[in-house]
Amino acid sequence: MPTFGLGHLWFLVVAAGWTLALSAIAFLGGGLIGFGIALARISDRRWLRAAATAYVQVVQGTPLLILLFMIYFGLAIAGFDQLPALIAAGAGLTVYASGFLGEIWRGCLESVPRTQWEAAECLALTRWQRLTRVILPQAMRIATAPTVGFLVQIVKNTSLASVVGFVELSQAGKLINNSTFQPFTVFIVVAAFYFIICYPLSAWSRGLERRLNVGRR
Amino acid sequence: MSAVVKLANVHKSFGPVKVLDGVSFEVGRGEVVAMIGQSGSGKSTALRCINALETIEEGAIEVCGHRIHDDTLDKRALRQDVGIVFQSYNLFPHLTALQNVMLAPTCVKKIGRKEAEALGRDCLARVGLAEKAGHYPEQLSGGQQQRVAIARSLAMRPKVMLFDEVTSALDPQLTGEVLKVMEDLARDGMTMILVTHEMGFARRVANTVIYMRQGRIWESLPGSELANPQTAELRDFVGSGL
Repeated sequence: MPTFGLGHLWFLVVAAGWTLALSAIAFLGGGLIGFGIALARISDRRWLRAAATAYVQVVQGTPLLILLFMIYFGLAIAGFDQLPALIAAGAGLTVYASGFLGEIWRGCLESVPRTQWEAAECLALTRWQRLTRVILPQAMRIATAPTVGFLVQIVKNTSLASVVGFVELSQAGKLINNSTFQPFTVFIVVAAFYFIICYPLSAWSRGLERRLNVGRR
Repeated sequence: MSAVVKLANVHKSFGPVKVLDGVSFEVGRGEVVAMIGQSGSGKSTALRCINALETIEEGAIEVCGHRIHDDTLDKRALRQDVGIVFQSYNLFPHLTALQNVMLAPTCVKKIGRKEAEALGRDCLARVGLAEKAGHYPEQLSGGQQQRVAIARSLAMRPKVMLFDEVTSALDPQLTGEVLKVMEDLARDGMTMILVTHEMGFARRVANTVIYMRQGRIWESLPGSELANPQTAELRDFVGSGL
């Protein structure tokens, strides 16, 4: 039986790269759609608010595992049966992230006092200018900590992508363990990799918060 | 004297509560009108209606030629002619005093950075805060913040200025410095409508004082006559203030 060696370590490094790639896809895609969702949730158009609310409810009420299954097998039935696992997993995580980020950001946008909207409106700014010049800069400061917190969740949740045959960090650990049968060694190394990815994010969040705190102690 | 602001038989309710019950008055160019009255008498609501922050149910309001009651009202055009200052300042906390003042001229009037900065510094100087240009709102006292808010409105070169209890959150000393700025504005010929509890200021500066009660204009009189009201209610109201 082989023991855990450099070859295995390298296998984990590559898999960690895939974890990062998947996280990036989920965060960028989820961020883009989530921002749209957040804006729709505070829109003055009733139907748009209702549609965005429904989307959030459905996404938040569905386990990520089921989302991944639905997209992977659902798209196969719809004719996309050659879909690479990365795309299927990326799409699932994107939907998942957009539902949560949209809601986190809506909360941040709404925590800026209404009077700020009103003051900007009374200066004849357009609705878009009010949003981008007055509300967003204030909301972003509030959003930093919960956003990065959720980013860390995404990194860890990419492990679920193994169910659609995607070999990321956790799946790679499982594979190595199947041949070496050294679960402690293998999974401690895997955990260390996750920590190495997540810790800088948390540190970056703290720095960002400090930097965005100009004008407010 | 042509009327810059004209209210005719304005009615407004919040649910079952009648807040404005047939309010009519006119404000001429360069005139200063002070609205006084108990809390809940409708004076702040009247002011907010003039700026289309509230809709009215009946009657007509015309401000600098903009018909507020009209469905086709261009609110952004209206807001370029009317400045408003709030009790709670509502400065933008992420911007410095100068940036607060420059924001609307650059966004709305699309004037260049250099020109906007000159305009901003000019407006800050007008309220006596030239040296605070780089300060964030949080680093300023309440009175200074309120003066920045006035400068921010002035930067849009409004034809009418509305003041909604702008000194109510300030101690007497800070109140004094804000009132001084408003008095200067009045002397420079700015058309002003203010909701205030400062009876002394109303008497000294206002051409007309409107006493609101139960959503109606109970009594309207020249500021200089404020010490001699006609109605018993206004006499009671003013009684302790002067």
